[in-house]
Amino acid sequence: MVGGEAGQGVQTVGLVLARVLARSGWWVFADQDYESRIRGGHNFFRVRAREGPVHAHSEALDLLIALDRNSIDLHQSEVAPGGIILCDGEKLKLEQQPPNTLSVPLERLAREAVSNPLMANTVAMGAALGVSGYDIGLLEDVLEGHFAASGTEVVQANVQAARAGYHYVTSELKVRTRQQLTPRGKAGRLLLTGNEALALGALAAGCRFMASYPMTPSTSIMEYMASKGPELGVAVLHAEDEISAMNMVVGAAFAGVRAMAATSGGGFCLMVEALGLAGITETPVVVVEAQRPGPATGLPTRYGQEDLEFVLHAAQGEFPRAVLAPATAEEAFYLTAHAFNLSERYQTPVIVLSDHYLASSYTTVEPFDLNQVKIERGALIPLGVDPLPDYRRHRLTPDGISPRAIPSHPGTLVVTTGDEHDEEGHITEDAGLRTRMMLKRLGKLEGMRGEALPPQVYGTSRPQVTLLGWGSTYGPLREAVDLLDAGGMAARLVHLSQPWPLPAQLTGMLSDSEGLVVVEQNATGQMAHLLRAETGIAARGHIRRFDGRPMSPAFIATRLKEEMARW
Amino acid sequence: MVTLEDYKGGPTAWCPGCGNFGILLALQQALVALELPPHQVLIVSGIGQAAKLPHYLKCNTLNGLHGRTLPVATGARLANHELTVIAVGGDGDGYGEGGNHFLHALRRNIDITYLVHNNQVYGLTKGQASPTSDPGFVTKTTPQGAPTPLNPLSVAIAAGGGFVARSFSGDIPHLSGLIQQAIQHRGFSLVDVLQPCVSFNPKNTFAWYRERVHRVEEPGHDPTDKMVAFARAQEWDGSIPIGVIYRHQRPTFEEELPALRDGALVKRKLEPGHVARLLSEFK
Repeated sequence: MVGGEAGQGVQTVGLVLARVLARSGWWVFADQDYESRIRGGHNFFRVRAREGPVHAHSEALDLLIALDRNSIDLHQSEVAPGGIILCDGEKLKLEQQPPNTLSVPLERLAREAVSNPLMANTVAMGAALGVSGYDIGLLEDVLEGHFAASGTEVVQANVQAARAGYHYVTSELKVRTRQQLTPRGKAGRLLLTGNEALALGALAAGCRFMASYPMTPSTSIMEYMASKGPELGVAVLHAEDEISAMNMVVGAAFAGVRAMAATSGGGFCLMVEALGLAGITETPVVVVEAQRPGPATGLPTRYGQEDLEFVLHAAQGEFPRAVLAPATAEEAFYLTAHAFNLSERYQTPVIVLSDHYLASSYTTVEPFDLNQVKIERGALIPLGVDPLPDYRRHRLTPDGISPRAIPSHPGTLVVTTGDEHDEEGHITEDAGLRTRMMLKRLGKLEGMRGEALPPQVYGTSRPQVTLLGWGSTYGPLREAVDLLDAGGMAARLVHLSQPWPLPAQLTGMLSDSEGLVVVEQNATGQMAHLLRAETGIAARGHIRRFDGRPMSPAFIATRLKEEMARW
Repeated sequence: MVTLEDYKGGPTAWCPGCGNFGILLALQQALVALELPPHQVLIVSGIGQAAKLPHYLKCNTLNGLHGRTLPVATGARLANHELTVIAVGGDGDGYGEGGNHFLHALRRNIDITYLVHNNQVYGLTKGQASPTSDPGFVTKTTPQGAPTPLNPLSVAIAAGGGFVARSFSGDIPHLSGLIQQAIQHRGFSLVDVLQPCVSFNPKNTFAWYRERVHRVEEPGHDPTDKMVAFARAQEWDGSIPIGVIYRHQRPTFEEELPALRDGALVKRKLEPGHVARLLSEFK
């Protein structure tokens, strides 16, 4: 873990070290904890390396790099036996040092090596690798890439600063962490956040228009897409507000391009009316809702899964929608691409429900297989030269899906409205037509239900207890199953990456589960409600966390035992 | 050859004598005069009596939410900047509910023509004060009288508008000519149309407007002089100027958006492979 104040470079130190590990063959998961401030306070970046895929954090620390005193006070109890606290004892003027402290004069070394005390962070990176028994050459490569845009002088200075830290702990102090790390070979995996994976998924799917308004934890999706917009031909518009953003997305999608918005719960509140507009006008839009704990501003930089029922019901009236909740960064890529296909095939909104834990954590993934990304645009009629005879945008068809022409198709007019409308798209108040149009739209939900993503199942087939989760709790839950298994309890995970419509096979999977426990990062058990409403299955127990912090595998295992003790 | 017949729509639900009829006809005449075939025109509207307009002529139409006309039009225009995009709404829709979007569309200078049917009252909800109602206008929701009205032309000039104009629905040739100029202007254009409401605004009638409106260019006006334009935009009591109040050419949002350099986005192919290079940046 790297801990310090906002503005001290906590993320840079953590990310560079994570990349060194990822590039040398380790699987990495790194989560971030920060406050809603630009300077001061307490932030940390926690890096976990394993020999196999990892999607969860762990609270036990082998190495704590404390860039300030507060980080020692707050986290020394989390340092595992044999773990080390690395800090600048000279600068922090520590009167009492915990016994496992390794004091490295980071700032002095930075001044001596490159005459720049600000590079103390880079000295810390070198020291961290030295104390872990790692190869400094790997760090030099990563620093080169990380600072390439700042020029060779900056790269060289960072390399020298890193060497100073490395040299100090390896030759002068000769201290090592209990767990020494060695490179695992060249892996070629990617290290990215859920937001980056999601944005890549949107770009791969051919998203051509994005309008959004910055809101944590979704902002980096727009930033990434805006950075690639010019070369890929994607218009990314920072709108005046989320109301505008979502209406722009509806306009762009109506005009025939794949379009999306990304926001958090508060911004989604403002998008809701336009979501309904997309529903009734049968306009395919994709909206990313990266949740954070609410209501109102809530805990702006933290973790929650509190908006499931909100996105299920958002907007007045009734219309079909799908809600996807990626479990991992890898799924964030593939499911976002899938969201575009679903929305265009069913001509209706699809919501990708993410959260801080998925959005902001870094994970290693195998390079995405772009051949797996299929472009399915459903009943879209490509722009041609011949007029479409008797074209009606909302033609009543057996499957409820109308041929979708693009405005500017010669001799063809595309008309729609947020009022109830006739087949042509003009306003109507006719009772019979209203009924037929409602049934047409709502019927599309059945199609989506039929192809809902099956739950992921992990663990024993004869469980004492079944854990049901959704979205980004997948990593912690999966590892909790391993922990329980190691402790002699037969556990199984059933995990949903599509909370709506629920996959039909879920009922069968859970019907014989007497020990069903629904695990959610919210206070009221929103998935438990949905499960009961849709399948009639009532969970026996619940594990809910709503303090804005992520459940670790150990947390889940402990809480489960407490829960079962009451049975 | 485009004719009025091409733009002829179905029956309307407006009150007999409504000022909207003049605006509809002027718009149809302008589109014909510019020889724009209906399939190349998209009219976006929101909610209100004015917003029903696209249903009464033939063109591509998205009739969306109250106040959100400009965002929808913006999204559509960026998806396909070969379309002629016209946004239509009323004073409540555009200057009240959609006020923020109005400011930012002006600032961006996106190439949309915005026609505001300004009848200084809410028609669809039956007679409440609008943002442009005369001060003191007493209605059921403003028994104390309406506060100071918003001056859309001054706001438009201040927010960076490059084509700021006003016309009167009782002067169809003038209005039609102005709409043509607005469509031809490269960038955001505002045409605020003074329009009587025969049902709910007993004060600002056809006769009331006729007595007051006069061509801004008579006796003389330099629409490129911003300070002069501000002064003319303030004229109301007794004498109301109509015509192009302010004109200024600057690059449009579309021209400055690199993503549009290679043509309309809607015409570009979707190729998942084009992100292959990006993946290596994460290694």
